[in-house]
Amino acid sequence: MDTVQLIIDNKPIVVKKGITILEAAASAGIHIPTLCHMKLEDLNIENKPGGCRICVVEVKGRRNLAPACCTEVADGMEINSHSIRVINARQTVLELILSDHPADCLICAKSGKCDLQDLAHNMGIREIHYKGEQSTYREDTSPAIIRDVDKCIMCRRCEMMCNEVQTVGVLSAINRGFTAVVAPAFEMNLDHSVCTYCGQCVAVCPTGALTEVDQTSHVIKALSDPTKTVVVQTAPAVRAALGEMFGMEPGTLVTGKLVAALRRLGFDYVFDTDFAADLTIMEEGTELLNRLTRFLNGDKDVNLPILTSCCPAWVKFFEHQFPQLKDIPSTARSPQQMFGSIAKSYFAEKMKISREDLVVVSIMPCVAKKYECGRDEFKVNGNPDVDYAITTRELAGLITLANINFNRLPDEEFDLPLGESSGAGVIFGTTGGVIEAAVRTAYELHTKKPLPRIDFTELRGMDGIRQATIDFGGFPLNIGIAHGLGNARRLLEKIESGESEFHAIEIMSCPGGCIGGGGQPYHHGDVEVLKKRQKAIYREDSMKKIRKSHENPYIIQLYEEYLGKPMSEKAHHLLHTAYFDRT
Amino acid sequence: MPKIKLAESTVKIIKDVCARFNNSEGELINVLHTVQHKLGYLPAEVQEVIAKELNTSVAKVYGVVTFYSYFSMIPKGEFPISICMGTACYVRGAEQVLSEFKRQLKVEVGESTSDGKFSLNCLRCVGACGLAPVVMIGEKVFGRVAPTQVKQIIAEYREGCSSEKAKSA
Amino acid sequence: MTDYKIHVLICGGTGCKSADSDELKKSLKQWIDEVGLEDDVQVVLTGCFGFCEKGPIVKVLPDNTFYVSVTPSDAEEIVKEHLLKGRVVQRLLYRDPNTHQQISDSKGMDFYKKQMRIALRNCGFINPENIQEYISRDGYMALGKCLTELTPEDTIQEIKDSGLRGRGGGGFPTGLKWEITRKSEADQKYVVCNADEGDPGAFMDRSILEGDPHSVIEAMSICGYCIGASKGLVYIRAEYPLAIERLKIALDQAREYGLLGEDILGTGFDFDIDIRLGAGAFVCGEETALIHSMEGKRGEPTFKPPFPSVSGFLGKPTNVNNVETFANIPVIINKGASWFNKIGTENSKGTKVFALAGKINNVGLIEVPMGTTLREVIYDIGGGIKDGKEFKSVQTGGPSGGCLTKNFLDTPIDYDNLLKAGSMMGSGGMIVMDEDDCMVAIARFYLEFILEESCGKCSPCRIGNKRLFEILDKITSGKGEEKDIERLILLSNVIKDTSLCGLGQTSPNPVLSTILNFRDEYLAHVNEKKCPSGQCKSLLKYEIIEDLCTGCTLCFRNCPVGAITGERRQPHYIDQSLCIKCGVCYEKCKFNAIKLT
Repeated sequence: MDTVQLIIDNKPIVVKKGITILEAAASAGIHIPTLCHMKLEDLNIENKPGGCRICVVEVKGRRNLAPACCTEVADGMEINSHSIRVINARQTVLELILSDHPADCLICAKSGKCDLQDLAHNMGIREIHYKGEQSTYREDTSPAIIRDVDKCIMCRRCEMMCNEVQTVGVLSAINRGFTAVVAPAFEMNLDHSVCTYCGQCVAVCPTGALTEVDQTSHVIKALSDPTKTVVVQTAPAVRAALGEMFGMEPGTLVTGKLVAALRRLGFDYVFDTDFAADLTIMEEGTELLNRLTRFLNGDKDVNLPILTSCCPAWVKFFEHQFPQLKDIPSTARSPQQMFGSIAKSYFAEKMKISREDLVVVSIMPCVAKKYECGRDEFKVNGNPDVDYAITTRELAGLITLANINFNRLPDEEFDLPLGESSGAGVIFGTTGGVIEAAVRTAYELHTKKPLPRIDFTELRGMDGIRQATIDFGGFPLNIGIAHGLGNARRLLEKIESGESEFHAIEIMSCPGGCIGGGGQPYHHGDVEVLKKRQKAIYREDSMKKIRKSHENPYIIQLYEEYLGKPMSEKAHHLLHTAYFDRT
Repeated sequence: MPKIKLAESTVKIIKDVCARFNNSEGELINVLHTVQHKLGYLPAEVQEVIAKELNTSVAKVYGVVTFYSYFSMIPKGEFPISICMGTACYVRGAEQVLSEFKRQLKVEVGESTSDGKFSLNCLRCVGACGLAPVVMIGEKVFGRVAPTQVKQIIAEYREGCSSEKAKSA
Repeated sequence: MTDYKIHVLICGGTGCKSADSDELKKSLKQWIDEVGLEDDVQVVLTGCFGFCEKGPIVKVLPDNTFYVSVTPSDAEEIVKEHLLKGRVVQRLLYRDPNTHQQISDSKGMDFYKKQMRIALRNCGFINPENIQEYISRDGYMALGKCLTELTPEDTIQEIKDSGLRGRGGGGFPTGLKWEITRKSEADQKYVVCNADEGDPGAFMDRSILEGDPHSVIEAMSICGYCIGASKGLVYIRAEYPLAIERLKIALDQAREYGLLGEDILGTGFDFDIDIRLGAGAFVCGEETALIHSMEGKRGEPTFKPPFPSVSGFLGKPTNVNNVETFANIPVIINKGASWFNKIGTENSKGTKVFALAGKINNVGLIEVPMGTTLREVIYDIGGGIKDGKEFKSVQTGGPSGGCLTKNFLDTPIDYDNLLKAGSMMGSGGMIVMDEDDCMVAIARFYLEFILEESCGKCSPCRIGNKRLFEILDKITSGKGEEKDIERLILLSNVIKDTSLCGLGQTSPNPVLSTILNFRDEYLAHVNEKKCPSGQCKSLLKYEIIEDLCTGCTLCFRNCPVGAITGERRQPHYIDQSLCIKCGVCYEKCKFNAIKLT
């Protein structure tokens, strides 16, 4: 391997050729502050416009300061990362950014989690010497995301996520000079655009310019209404990340504390979306087997591959961008919506609570779920199956608000019947998990034989597009997996061009799957956080007594008592949906 | 997104232009130039058609349109007035000429008069520095314009004759 | 140019065209037909003569008679007197402002005496729409020589030996740039001509493309041959319709003559050129921004390295040079590096074209050897300051440059000296300012330009320049404090030190150089709330001199805001709190009873 020798802050080091000063410094334990730069190693995600100019350093022999994030190391380079000249420049640039930024930190949604605020703190900014006009724009509130672009610092991370990673193309830099900002075309509202609400813009925004719509106040109101029975469901990825909000190591599983916290918040029943994930597998798995059987019997019109439909951003994505494929995805509703539907029918009937008096709240790693529960097809007479979807971050806010000392909570168990789940339900939270869960069930239903092994490691990992062939009792089942909508697009294009032949494809909109969702604790550009969450999810799976959806006794009970069998008429009515051409 | 309410014939013009540039995203600026030349300006609906034809996002098209001062989303006046604000014109009094145009037309830079006759803009150096300060109305160049001439220049356009007389001293 | 006895050359540059040279040409032709001289006299619309101040220019060959400020109504006299009877029309000759002598031959004019035309060699001499006229002046000889006698390496060595540096602003050695691009391996490479001349007040690139487009085409082909590219692109401002038109004609003619396209001159070398239009963004003069613009994107610059020579247009090695740089190439090949490198100074070889404008008698386009002093340019060639006023400053390098005082008048102009003096060569804009120009207002003017033209990508340029402008605005409106001057300096230095591209790295230059050279003017603004040149309106006061006021009420009736009061036949009075300083009263008063303080 080629190496170069350089001196940074008087320390001689040897580093790999081709890396940046920023990376070289990090390897020597020197932290150079950054703002616009973000790199998610292994996911091929990098934002490097070199625009904020916070990371400038002094390189001997150069006329100007060099941005550490963009400047490649060279042999013999002498770098000073904190000379007076550098510090003065950094502070001045930061002051300039702050001079065009609303100083409402105390009441900003991002306060305490804001990269800009941290930087101002670390750089010891006590006065802004260059005051002047601030740029102002109209605030835009959509069903899931709020754009308050007065707070935009033009780091371009959201633009990069929206265009390069997700290929949704809603956001672009517009105007130029002082009025330049990132916005949708014609500065239209997001809800008029093709935005999928994947929330990856929110996940990477370093300031309060992009945040989720906060619905905690609605939840508090419902909880304090004595006439309402309030049930809560929590998505699988939440338990692998919520602990971070309370200072725990990324990847700490907090399932039991999560349940305890929700109970202390006053929810009447604490249920698990994992239960609905098991239900999804029953329906989607059956649908896959039906299509597969027809295919094997020579039916040429059968829609294969089947595409998963758990992810609301993905659903909106293909409705806008691939409407010609709208008959291919599974018609199964997402676990969130299956849960809502079952809660407001089966459970409500069982408990003799009227639909109107039952409030379903979901805790989601996702901001698109806010949009999903508002879709008309998921309402009965205007009453939504899921009333409120709040993010992992919002839940942490609620817990703090209620003076609950999360770290000292005991572990508690979910309520029954909608709180029981299999390990298959848990792994819905990561890329590859849904399809693995489906395989576990579909294999046994198809071959009528027990699985020789439960872990399908060939389906796991972080590569953006993965494929594997599973022996389905002699039939080679071709499986495709994509996470990130750009990867999904590439996979779909391969299918459309006939380049690849798959039988089943799992798609999740967010890099890493739900563990990297737009509603999760901010990863601040550290991909290790996502990897640790993924490991935690598989750990939870491996600890479960039941690891296949069709073995969940309460799922069996639900079919026996209420739904009949998968894909029955009742199941169809309650658990399936249709898609729309949104072009 | 607002539904496209352009006339069929307009849509065809745009599509033809895009096709002429092989519907290639890299030709976006050439496409915008040609379409603006044909239609006079680039309203939102036009940008949407272009985005679709070039298989790019309308946000990117809008991002480009708003970056370059040559592109306009509002129709220009019947007589678009451009004041050169290049340095040579500036030191020879272009600012006073501009403020006189503003005063006489009662519009700000970037606006059109309510009757749609005149629009007022600044531009950077037409390269006729020998004639500074320079004003362009349409394709016509007026050189060595003094603030006192402004009223007369406007009046002549108002009266409908494209003035030969008011031309450079 | 052989069949006719007399050639009448009319300047067809944008400046003269704006002053109706088309109409003049029509008139001349009409009269020539009328008197039956159509077989003896050829009328040619050429590129810019450079002497824009006195346009439209008409030159009659072979006697070299140089007529200035010719109008269509002068056509009859020129035809009947000069062309028919051989009598020079005295009243249309140039009159030396100092000696008051009429000069018939342009060679005798001070404006041309000290010039040396390499890049502008054909401008004003040939019909740019006729390739044969270019060829007859050694055109395409250099390309032929390269393709048949020289290897790409030889050619690059020749350019390197010539010492030619980029004329677009940076001054990077051209040969070296070509060599780097040549050494970058790729299946496709590009030659790009930067004709996005954005400096307000500079128009040399436009004039070259209008007056001698083939010189650029030929040079781009040579560059293509040297670096191994088969494709060229000219990125040109959409604001230059005439240049675009003439370039298109030239490209078609070159293709027709087999000088462009496949298998040029039968040597197996393929090269063709496309045109890309700019769309009004100054920053696109920066090469990475220019490349993004050519790719159909927002013209935002990116950090270098990688340089375009390694990764440019569509990610391929791309050699970007500006128009004037290219225009020098054929001459260097024809006359040799050793001829070229004898011209100029030690590190700046050859000539430089300047667009001379502002408060100067002879506004126009000039080309002088590097090392010529500012004094020679301004006083000898430029004819001194307009209206006999006092020279105050000359601004070079456009918005990236600085303002130099009379202390620098004897500095030889080259890349290094201008940089040392706190300015820069830039693309060669040279704006002369006199005692009436306020240097604080000039700095504010440039900052306003930068504000409109900053792409907004990096924070120091996007916000820093806005703040600089705001402070300057505060000072020029009389609200400045002395500490603001120090703030300007501190902020300027950080913007220079941290900005992403050349635009931001140089944008504070006008501020720093005016503070350095004219600090007393700044101090007058902030301390005494006075603008010494009387330019800053907010610092002016219109007052009525009681003794001179007759009470005619003219000012009272014309004041747009009702700030003037007074009885008929009694001295009037201006209410300063209402006055908007429009100056109408001052203009209207017939008794000089209004004074500016």
